[in-house]
Amino acid sequence: MSPQPQSAVGAPLSRVDGRLKVTGKATYAAEHDIEGVVHAVIVDSAIGRGRITGIDTRAALAQPGVIKVISHLNSPKLAYRGNPETYDPPGNKQLRVFQDDKVLFRGQPVAVVVATTLEVAQHAAELVKVRYDAEQSSTDMASAPAGEPVTYARGDADKAFASAAVQVDATYQQARAHHNAMEPHATIARWDGDKLTLWDKTQWPIGIQKDVAAQFGIPIDSVRIIAPFVGGSFGNAMRAWPHIATTALAARETGRPVKLVLSRRQLYFGVGYRPSYEYRVRLGSDRRGRVSAMVQHLKAETSSYENFTEGVLHAGQMVYKAPHVRQDYRTVPLDVNTPVWMRGPGFATASFALESAMDELAHELGIDPIELRRRNEPEEDPSNQLPFSTRRLRECYTVGAREFGWHRRNPRPRSTRDGDWLIGTGMAVGTYDVLRSGAQARVRLNADGTALIQSATSDMGPGTYTSQSQVAADALGLTMRNVTFQLGDSTMPTAPPHGGSQTMINVGSAVQDGCDKVRLQAIKLAVEDKDSPLYGADADDIVVRAGRLHRSNDPARGETYRQLLARNNRTHLEVLGSWTPSESRHSMYTYGAIFAEVAVDARLGLVRVRRMLGVFDAGRIISPKLADSQALGGMVGGIGAALLEHTATDHRDGRIVNADLANYLVPVNADIPDLRGIFLDGGEDLKADPIGVKGLGEIVYIGVAPAIANAVFNATGRRVRELPITVEAML
Amino acid sequence: MYPFSFTKVSDTREALNAGRHGGRYIAGGTTLVDLMRETVERPETLVDITGLPLREVTVAERGGLRIGALVRMAEAAAHPKVRTLYPVISQALELSASAQLRNMATIGGNIMQRTRCTYFRDLTAACNKREPGSGCAAREGVNRTHAILGTSDACVATHPSDVAVAFAALEASVHLLGPDGERTVPFADFLLRPGSTPNREQALRQGELITAVEIPALPRPLKSGYLKVRDRQSYEFALTSAAVALHVRGGVIREAKVAAGGVGTVPWKLPGVEQHLLGERPSQSLWAEAAKQAADGARPLDHNRFKVELLQRTVERQLRIVGGTK
Repeated sequence: MSPQPQSAVGAPLSRVDGRLKVTGKATYAAEHDIEGVVHAVIVDSAIGRGRITGIDTRAALAQPGVIKVISHLNSPKLAYRGNPETYDPPGNKQLRVFQDDKVLFRGQPVAVVVATTLEVAQHAAELVKVRYDAEQSSTDMASAPAGEPVTYARGDADKAFASAAVQVDATYQQARAHHNAMEPHATIARWDGDKLTLWDKTQWPIGIQKDVAAQFGIPIDSVRIIAPFVGGSFGNAMRAWPHIATTALAARETGRPVKLVLSRRQLYFGVGYRPSYEYRVRLGSDRRGRVSAMVQHLKAETSSYENFTEGVLHAGQMVYKAPHVRQDYRTVPLDVNTPVWMRGPGFATASFALESAMDELAHELGIDPIELRRRNEPEEDPSNQLPFSTRRLRECYTVGAREFGWHRRNPRPRSTRDGDWLIGTGMAVGTYDVLRSGAQARVRLNADGTALIQSATSDMGPGTYTSQSQVAADALGLTMRNVTFQLGDSTMPTAPPHGGSQTMINVGSAVQDGCDKVRLQAIKLAVEDKDSPLYGADADDIVVRAGRLHRSNDPARGETYRQLLARNNRTHLEVLGSWTPSESRHSMYTYGAIFAEVAVDARLGLVRVRRMLGVFDAGRIISPKLADSQALGGMVGGIGAALLEHTATDHRDGRIVNADLANYLVPVNADIPDLRGIFLDGGEDLKADPIGVKGLGEIVYIGVAPAIANAVFNATGRRVRELPITVEAML
Repeated sequence: MYPFSFTKVSDTREALNAGRHGGRYIAGGTTLVDLMRETVERPETLVDITGLPLREVTVAERGGLRIGALVRMAEAAAHPKVRTLYPVISQALELSASAQLRNMATIGGNIMQRTRCTYFRDLTAACNKREPGSGCAAREGVNRTHAILGTSDACVATHPSDVAVAFAALEASVHLLGPDGERTVPFADFLLRPGSTPNREQALRQGELITAVEIPALPRPLKSGYLKVRDRQSYEFALTSAAVALHVRGGVIREAKVAAGGVGTVPWKLPGVEQHLLGERPSQSLWAEAAKQAADGARPLDHNRFKVELLQRTVERQLRIVGGTK
């Protein structure tokens, strides 16, 4: 077939839903206007571990407007069947709401109040008196035993480390962090007979549908999830957290549609978080900077009831070519709720440890940090000997060094000053998986020359509506305004979780497939239609541009989709597009090099980022303006991780003491300096998927925190091995 | 939130009448409404006083300034007299909260604001301030942001206001109107250290209303300014802060007004630092020597030991910024 002209893909277009969002017309989970809706408020456990010995609901029930208070004392048993396709950790040990008297962590839902207004429900929830038999909770990873490790080894890393000429041995700590999306998690549930509809904040309508069906023991197609807009999520809306079952249960028990919105405080224990980590790295190298050994010990927190693990080991196996690598990764079960993925999951955590250690090694050896990394650049994936689909890290270094002005850097710490500020620069590498799982998209070309494309994916902020429309517009040969992409409904064709930077890879490939097929159907219709000006033409020679089919070398001869479909009495052409990835014979990752300049007021302990540059190998870029927004957002998030974000727990009783946005610090505008992202040109990776993309939402975040920490070292000579870097760490 | 009744008053007599019957005054509401949502505060009656004629900034007798209790933070910060005569006040205000909050919150409400101690705001935690006799969860808890000065066994919570630090430094006074008439309380006596009664935070009698904060006249030229040290660059309470005003004549410091924030259970006046400066010539070593007294008497907790050193450095830095390094 003739390649379609590309006019939408690659163009820096604004969001197609931007106007809806800025005018408040985009309906987020809690904003759907459901007739007769009543309001639910969760009562959270006030102890960190133990049993509920009594619940006094009299005062709550006496409030006018209160419909019901549900707890384990009066809740029906739910099925909580296993769901093999879930994103829950294995074992089906998810928290089961109101099924027994056990309290597993502080903040666990112990009751839910349903009332006719939100205000009454909130006040009644305050009036529910719960009595407990409390036990000492264990929430401190440092003092709790770890489980059995997951391990990896190649070569003999301990021996190679022991005999290495130069050794780095350092332990890096990263604090627990919460996603803190602007939109709180919220669900509206309505039962129509035995059919359940949930308007939910989710990144994965199909996954939540299956999860909830399993929880309630009902057929999958009895559950429908609707989620057209998501106000940020960063990985936290791919599981059916307890509040979803709570809402559905409340709706069933009251016979009313029920809305439940978690408060900001509840978002710190009602949904997941990035677990805290301790990551020890031992690097052995020769004097020329060739790393021979990497020994890595990881420890992360998890809940007592689920063992959450994530892809934190890959980076330490494949970023550098060290022949001898050993890793062990243990989780520490604690009396906390279960952690979950958060932007750049695993890889961001690994990047801080590995890239800090590499910077320590560079300093020790007196080798430029970029040069050190070049000397350890593998030619194939050292973890599996597979060739890289694309790996353009060297180019990231070259472009980044040039654009950042790396050559002006003084490698000697504490050598650059600007008044009270010490100035330093640093860099770090990021990598992230290319997640290929497949997807489907229904493409319908209407007789009026417009197209509707649907897939049960989500748009938590990156701009799925826009970027998928761009793919569809070019593949169909339509202008953007004639293309509508819809998402966020479990009745649409299946899509994988909208997370882990996989939406464009999978859904984009399915959209491309469906649009190609519809276009080819139309072309076939034309060339076989005696009344078409294209009758008898070679189908492979036809392109479609702005809704008009013509021969690629003869634009004058052709007709529009409208003309073609009208003449053939077709109301529409429709295809279910799909993409199923083939088994991979390549190692596929995105890459990035991050450069940061910081200023440190060493007397007052203040660290301020002055400028930052990220250079990314993310495959083909469909939507440059959206990609740029992602790069900025990723770097902002990374600044938060480096300098501010830290969920603080009082280990005496498991209380999170900064469960609000005044005390859990994220960057404000004043903290954000000049940021720039560059996506390497010509990055098409057709080994990854048919449209050559690799995903970019994670890679723009990974490596930011270590680049900042390395810059702090260059500025001050002080190596901070614990994130976030606080004022007191700098004094 | 607990149910409450709400009335709006149009003159001070009406206000005092409502206050005498247990009504809680509300103006901008930026602290009180938050606390009511958390059910930390459960007033039965709110008395909206925003209609009272307390919105003027006037030059008082002998050249001081009188800032009406209902002047918004943003208005006070932008007022030409405040800006020119007491930059320390403008700066403290502008480094506080957010633009939206500064447009709502009033000067009277600002000095009445309650601590940001998260245990105070968490109903399930022991807190003598919220529930006398229940204990203090912060003392042995997560206390990085807590006070190192003026603490007691019962309470280690900081007073969060920035402008109150400037007021303390400048030795302001608070004008009050109550059922028994007007009175004036020195700022240093208005906000109370916790002692054994941390629930008592101000020297206010039942139903009394703040009408104004008065800044006394100080000899001119007077240089002043406010420095706030915090983790992020905006929208955060101080880890440490310093309000400094200096009158230098003939190369010698004749007046020195210094107070610190973020470190005390009340805005912390630093007479030791002031004494050290008086009669001396500005120099880097003088600032350093003087600032050494800033943390005198500090009683740090597990997580806020760094504040002892940080406070001294903050004061030293701000002395240099205001006083120069000749």
